[in-house]
Amino acid sequence: MAPGGRCDGPAGGVTTARPDLTIQGLGKRFGATVALEGVDLRLPGGSLVCFVGPSGCGKTTLLRIVAGLETPTTGRVLLGERDLTRVPVHRRDVGMVFQSYALFPHLSVAENVAYGLRIRGVPKRVRLARAQELLELVQLPDVGNRRIAQLSGGMRQRVAMARALALDPALFLLDEPLSALDAKLREGMQVELRRLQRRVGITTIIVTHDQEEAMTMADLVVVMGDNRVQQVGPPLEIYRRPANRFVASFVGRNNFLPARVVAPDAVEVAGVLAPLAPDVPAPSAGSEVTVAVRPESLRLRQRAPAGAALQGSVTFVRDLGRVVETRVRVHEQELVVSGRGGFVEGDGVWVELPEAGVVALAS
Amino acid sequence: MALTNGARSERPVLGPDERDGPWPHVLLAWPTLALTLLFVVPLGIIAALGFFRRIQAGFFEVGFVLDNYARALDAFHLERLSVSVLLALAATLIILLVAVPFTFLLTRRPRRAQVPYLVLVLASLSLSEVIIAFAWSLLLSRTSGISNLLARVGLLDAPVAWSPGLWAVLLAFVFVALPLAILSLYPTFSRLDQELPEAAGTMGAAPVVGFVTVVLPLVRRAVAATGALVFIFVLGAYVIPQTLGRPAQWTIPVHITDQAIMKNHLPLAASLAIVLLVVSSLIAAAIVLLGAGRFPRVALPRRAP
Repeated sequence: MAPGGRCDGPAGGVTTARPDLTIQGLGKRFGATVALEGVDLRLPGGSLVCFVGPSGCGKTTLLRIVAGLETPTTGRVLLGERDLTRVPVHRRDVGMVFQSYALFPHLSVAENVAYGLRIRGVPKRVRLARAQELLELVQLPDVGNRRIAQLSGGMRQRVAMARALALDPALFLLDEPLSALDAKLREGMQVELRRLQRRVGITTIIVTHDQEEAMTMADLVVVMGDNRVQQVGPPLEIYRRPANRFVASFVGRNNFLPARVVAPDAVEVAGVLAPLAPDVPAPSAGSEVTVAVRPESLRLRQRAPAGAALQGSVTFVRDLGRVVETRVRVHEQELVVSGRGGFVEGDGVWVELPEAGVVALAS
Repeated sequence: MALTNGARSERPVLGPDERDGPWPHVLLAWPTLALTLLFVVPLGIIAALGFFRRIQAGFFEVGFVLDNYARALDAFHLERLSVSVLLALAATLIILLVAVPFTFLLTRRPRRAQVPYLVLVLASLSLSEVIIAFAWSLLLSRTSGISNLLARVGLLDAPVAWSPGLWAVLLAFVFVALPLAILSLYPTFSRLDQELPEAAGTMGAAPVVGFVTVVLPLVRRAVAATGALVFIFVLGAYVIPQTLGRPAQWTIPVHITDQAIMKNHLPLAASLAIVLLVVSSLIAAAIVLLGAGRFPRVALPRRAP
């Protein structure tokens, strides 16, 4: 939030202890279609969590179940000790930003923000003052009297956030909140949304299909795929230690190489011994695995280095300005290496594997 | 024009008429002509007929008398007119109370689940008022109606006659005009962003509260237009009140039919028709204006760009 914005958030500047959100054995079927299966999550109170995954993976369904807009087929949703599973949406104490924003076109901006207070019978003067306070929080102090149709996409997005926060909800839920904005605005809003969340301290869940958005905003990332949770963890952990091939290929870019575990801390990749990254449960010795290596953790050398390295030849070079992307053919495979470059097509090179070790994924 | 074009070889700025050529006028002329021949001319004849002089033999002669309009506005006919209007308003209210929530809930179901309901609604539209009136007079009769079935299973002591009567008329009115109301509301409701009532729910509005504070203000114009449509449709019905009603429920259209066909008093029938037309147009206009009321520029909800 830029200077000049008000300092007291909906919580009145006091960050109270927020209860954890617990999801137990959750499943959802629509007729014969399985939308969600075996979801178990514990989201710390006050944190910003991103549900990320490709479209149709069940992330929006999970958010709608947390909001109370869908009823799960199996499992429970708990906020602290309170079982929310059968509590209807209007008694759940959630604030939600919808993908379409769902602003009410027949009401002014201020009336939209104050809608929840109106439903609760708060007097008009009080609720409009509160609406103004929230509009200042999202840096739109002068639009209260406007119609929704008179706002730009970015402004609507902020109004939707202000409206969702008006009742100081226990949970702040956002369904693809930035997908309708253009790239530049989106980046700015990512930072702003993160700051806003820190200020109000409300447990926040953001659904996004954009893994970069999730990685840059979240305290905790929940990677979803195939209607189940694939991995939960802080962004860096997910990036560095993907739990399976799905996560490794969905989050960031990865090179995949077939390998065989030869020791508790080493694998053999294309006839070369490479160390396994520590703190990762290694598959049993002798098993066939897939090794995932990030393009930026590979190094290109002219001569054979001391550490583990694979010999190959450069097939394609792409200068992206900040980095150079070099493609190297190693045996039957093409590896992508991003770094400083300095090679041209046809050069014979050594691709040095990371000293910190590689990640082995069950094949 | 052609010369100018040739000389300057730049694209001329054309008005809409020039751009489209003479075709739109030709195409528009046909419906205008049809409307004039089939609607304006007969209406003019009926309006004029109301001033003609009736002859005892059962016909009329051209003239200009005010007797017929005076009779159309006498105490008896005014009382019948108010009964007709009240009946039609009551039927309209009942129909809207059923059609609005029904259409709202229908359009929130997946498309495929909506189809059987829409087919049913369309199918019942294909029934004529006459068939509906006679079918209900059978179903509500003492001798062969539903009450026999209810008596057989023990829900009634003995079969009863539910027709003729006020409720039989209202029931048939609802049956005949409900599909019309649903089809008229359907486009507006299916364009309504489904996330709007959900958003109201997340802010603490119970489903009914959300419906009243968010959905209704957004569809009030469509609801009013549907109300006007249903009102006019029901007010013009004459087989239903005649077949299913007692004389107390005989509406102006029943009396128009009676005068025109039974009593051969065409000038009185014509003047009654004109009075009914004026009154129903005024009330329908009032209903539409009422719906447009507080928010004259309510835009349809759109997805954010």
